[in-house]
Amino acid sequence: MTTHYLVLSALLFAIGAVGVLSRRNAIVVFMCVELMLNACNLAFVTFARQHGNLDGQLIAFFVMVVAAAEVVIGLAIIVMIFRTRRSASVDDANLLKY
Amino acid sequence: MPWLSTLMAVPVLGAVGVSLVKSDRLAKQVALAVSLAVLALTLLMTLQFDPSLGASKETRFQFAEVYEWIPRFGVHYGVGVDGIALVLIALSAVLVPIVILASWHDADGSGAEAPPKRSVKTYFALLLVLEAMMIGVFAATDVFLFYVFFEAMLIPMYFMIGSYGGVQRSYAAVKFLLYSLFGGLLMLVAVIALYVIGDKGTFMFPELVGVIQDPTTQKWLFLGFFIAFAVKAPLWPFHTWLPDAAAQAPAGAAVLLVGVLDKVGTYGMLRFCLELFPEASKFFTPLVIVLAVVGIVYGAIVAIGQTDMKRLIAYTSISHFGFIALGVFAMTTDAGAGATLYMVNHGFSTGALFLIAGFLIYRRGSGRIADYGGVQKVAPLMAGTFLIAGLSGLSLPGLSSFVSEFMVLIGTYERHPVPAIIATSGVVLAAVYILWMYQRTMTGPTAESVKALPDLNLREKWVVGPLVAAIIALGFFPSPALDVINPAVDHALSNVHINPPAVAEKKGAGQ
Amino acid sequence: MESPAEIIQHSGGVIGVSWLMIALPLLGAAILLLGGRRTDRWGHRLAIGMSVTAFLIAVISFFELLGLPEDERRRAIALYRFIPGMADMGVLIDPLSISFALLITGVGSLIHIYSIGYMAHDPDRRRFFSYLNLFVAAMLLLVLADNYVGLFIGWEGVGLASYLLIGFWQFKPSAATAAKKAFIVNRVGDFGLLIAIFTVWTGFGSVAFDKLSGTAVGEALKTGQVSQGSLTAIGLLLLLGACGKSAQLPLQSWLLDAMEGPTPVSALIHAATMVTAGVYLVVRSGGFFEAAPTAQLVVTIVGVVTLLAGAIIGCAKDDIKKGLAGSTMSQIGYMMLAAGLGPVGYAFAIAHLITHGFFKANMFLGAGSVMHAMNDEVDMRRYGGLYPVMKVTAITFIIGYLAIIGFPLLSGYFTKDGIIEAAMEHSSVLGWLAVLGAGITGFYMSRMIFMTFFGGRRWADDAHPHESPSVMTVPLIVLSVGSVFLGAFLILGNRLMLFLAPAVGRPEELPAFHAFSGPGLATLVLVAAGAAFAWVRYGAAEVPLVAPRGSFLTAFARRDLYGDALNEALFMRPGQWLTRIAVFFDNRGIDGLVNGLAAAIGGTSGRLRRVQTGYVRSYALSILFGAAVVVGALLYVGNM
Repeated sequence: MTTHYLVLSALLFAIGAVGVLSRRNAIVVFMCVELMLNACNLAFVTFARQHGNLDGQLIAFFVMVVAAAEVVIGLAIIVMIFRTRRSASVDDANLLKY
Repeated sequence: MPWLSTLMAVPVLGAVGVSLVKSDRLAKQVALAVSLAVLALTLLMTLQFDPSLGASKETRFQFAEVYEWIPRFGVHYGVGVDGIALVLIALSAVLVPIVILASWHDADGSGAEAPPKRSVKTYFALLLVLEAMMIGVFAATDVFLFYVFFEAMLIPMYFMIGSYGGVQRSYAAVKFLLYSLFGGLLMLVAVIALYVIGDKGTFMFPELVGVIQDPTTQKWLFLGFFIAFAVKAPLWPFHTWLPDAAAQAPAGAAVLLVGVLDKVGTYGMLRFCLELFPEASKFFTPLVIVLAVVGIVYGAIVAIGQTDMKRLIAYTSISHFGFIALGVFAMTTDAGAGATLYMVNHGFSTGALFLIAGFLIYRRGSGRIADYGGVQKVAPLMAGTFLIAGLSGLSLPGLSSFVSEFMVLIGTYERHPVPAIIATSGVVLAAVYILWMYQRTMTGPTAESVKALPDLNLREKWVVGPLVAAIIALGFFPSPALDVINPAVDHALSNVHINPPAVAEKKGAGQ
Repeated sequence: MESPAEIIQHSGGVIGVSWLMIALPLLGAAILLLGGRRTDRWGHRLAIGMSVTAFLIAVISFFELLGLPEDERRRAIALYRFIPGMADMGVLIDPLSISFALLITGVGSLIHIYSIGYMAHDPDRRRFFSYLNLFVAAMLLLVLADNYVGLFIGWEGVGLASYLLIGFWQFKPSAATAAKKAFIVNRVGDFGLLIAIFTVWTGFGSVAFDKLSGTAVGEALKTGQVSQGSLTAIGLLLLLGACGKSAQLPLQSWLLDAMEGPTPVSALIHAATMVTAGVYLVVRSGGFFEAAPTAQLVVTIVGVVTLLAGAIIGCAKDDIKKGLAGSTMSQIGYMMLAAGLGPVGYAFAIAHLITHGFFKANMFLGAGSVMHAMNDEVDMRRYGGLYPVMKVTAITFIIGYLAIIGFPLLSGYFTKDGIIEAAMEHSSVLGWLAVLGAGITGFYMSRMIFMTFFGGRRWADDAHPHESPSVMTVPLIVLSVGSVFLGAFLILGNRLMLFLAPAVGRPEELPAFHAFSGPGLATLVLVAAGAAFAWVRYGAAEVPLVAPRGSFLTAFARRDLYGDALNEALFMRPGQWLTRIAVFFDNRGIDGLVNGLAAAIGGTSGRLRRVQTGYVRSYALSILFGAAVVVGALLYVGNM
């Protein structure tokens, strides 16, 4: 049965979400985002299996491609922030307030 | 010939031309020439206008042009004029060249303690754009088109106040804009509701007359239109934007603001409120009359207490707008025609007051009454014309405002004697505010700061001369204007289905 | 009682162009005002030419009118359409209007001529003459208009001319204030006149005089078209208008201040012509007053009270012009009293108005001549003993004086006596009060004569009095001749009454003139007593240079019976407070509400934006929260 896969996916997503919300280091936050994306991928693949078609698998590939592009941009931004602020903490980058 | 479209196209093209030319001086000359061309066209059009056609429903709007604009919603580019619209368009066409001539140096930053120099070309281009929109708003026979012009007029005026005005210009401009947008929004809702509930599939005004029969619906839609017009006019208690806007705007813009733009409010009451919602108009008449009478007395009393010339003139206008609204809602031909004529006369007399006050301020750099005194001795011509304009403002017989104020009051008295009597007390208060201002600025020993004040120069004489001539001519010979106005007002009131007051029968019996 | 005649449309002759009487002085004023300094050299001559031409037209029209049968002497000339369907411009030449036209243009021309000398040294003489012409035009419009709207235009037109001329020396703050006061007080009266016109229009559907004759009013009352109440209202409102223009109580306070104007102005406007417009209005509106006895009664009361008040004020004034102004008030009170008596009194009112126009203009111009000689000194305590140095002025002034106190066989004797007798017949209280007024007149006018022309010389050191040039004395002589003979001419044989009859109607029984009747004798005795008392106080005794404090009554009269104090306490101060409160309310109340609303919205958004912390985590949390809400909502909806 596929229920276990879905439970695992939900667990991974929850871990990722908590990580994004609670961690300060931008790299770790970033990894948690990746974790959430992969949790979704797992759910997609599971549903594809469950319904017996390829749609979910197809979307999983798309997500991977987008995630790869995101990593490129995101890491670049983080590196730039680290260079200018000497810190990779997300709390230090709060210029977009009020 | 598509007269009205031409009248709008010429100033718009002129505005483009003004912004393209190289030198500021040339821009001013082009602007003046364009506005004079519009004036000439307007006069030609007026000559071809036939007042007798106003009685019939089909030929009521002359020089009519109707083209589809947004066919899906029945929106048209529909223009045409009856007597009421014609005199107001003529007023705009006369005032704009005068204002351009009067504003010659307003954007240069050359006056005493003037705001810094700004783009001269933009100022004159804005003036011409505004002229096109003023003509459009009075000419529109499609309710949606009217709404578009009603709101679009705000934009050039906003920039003229906000960029070229006095010290508190941005406060005044934003206040003006917010007030007007608030009213306009209510009107937009009512316009859309009129289209949907009327279910005629068109926004054309003549076809919408009489489509709303349900009294409750009429009342709500009436309020939507009326509040917009009451803010625009402005009626008490929606008036506080006017003194700020008029005092901060450059004198020329103040003339167009108070002289023409505000007339859209009272014009709208006469054209749209009375004709589209006759039952609601009758229902709300007591309320409007109370607001108008309070405005007349209140505006006059507050005017007496002002210490700034332009603010004082603005408050007198609030009092005068009370008279106009009173005339519109008295619903007699005399009062309605008087109110329409008042819109024109007020444009001339208050226009002259604002412009001459502007000349004084340009020289002295202050609008405070206390900074003047004894100007008559050094600049008799300026004092004399100021007095004539002021006397017209206090409706001295022989000057134009008297005829209209008299007609408004006598027409109101036919139906509502008590409000008419209270309103008549305005003539005493008017004497106080005008003559006291004149005494404080122009008479007495000459103040040190105005000892070297030069009198009107040639350009300024050309500004004031036509206005004074119009004031005197309309004061002695109002009948040509009234002949144009009367059939149109009759027609507008015929849609209200209200019994004429008893005096009409006596008049018939007496003759 | 005989009613007035019908009004007939007229064309041709000089009457057909009688509107030129109005147009020419108006043109003169326009030329002088527009022409500016270029017209300085010949401006006064143009103005005089216009005024004299108007006089000639009036004279010829008068004789043309006399040539017509008696019941066809009301001629209307339509001019042009003014307010379509309501009022057209037109001129009405009838015995009443032509009498006024003659007085206005005649006395007006003389005063124009006098002003050449009086204003010779004023740099603004041209402007002065243009205003004088403007006044003549407006005054003629007032009396010649054939409807109430035209009358009102002239009515306010003379108010404007009066404003401009009182404030002619407007660099003096007192003159500017006096001018403004005159205009505003007059406006209060105009308020009444306007509402009267509204009521007439609403009740009768017309404002033209020919639709508002006594017959028409009576008929409308009979058919119930108008109520007795509205007729009384019309009468009282017209009276309010008349009170403003004619300086009758309670709107009298402006006239004394109006003496700030140049003296020819005081003579022309504030003595001979404009201030009598109220009397004209009451007589012209006779149809309404005769149908409203209450209003008539109020007119007579106002007249009597004013004639006494003016006389009392006149007793205490040391300023020669203000003394004459008090006297003017008083004499117009007599005219009002007569006008309130109905057709019996109309002719006497007009006769007294005409003779008063002559002798009061004569005395004002005489006072001007004295001031001219005394370096513009107006305080009579600085005069005295002027008779030997300016004989012509003194003699003409004394003739005017004898005329006003009613010295037998001079003008005032006939006209004032007529009023007193008519009043006596109507009500003995009114009659005896009028007699008392005549006695006081005898006192204050004698006082003026003794203080000015006789007694010791109390001149200021630099005063070198001399007789005025002939351009000033000739008008004085002409006016004094009128002051002597006009009264007898107008009253004897009821000449004026018969002439006016087609315009204002006449009583069944013509009053006969009794020389030395009971009231007449009483009047003479009282006047003599007043004059004798004045001789004792101011002729025989030394006049102190500084006014003694005097009794309570003197102080009362000196302060114009506290009229100004009353106005100040009742209207001015409360008005100032009201203005202040209104301005405060407008700035803080209405505008405060609007600005408060704006501030409230601004403040709220100021708080709300604090939600934007800039921490990525809080945004992420709110996204998560939002997602949870959406999922929850979907689940809830899906399960329903």
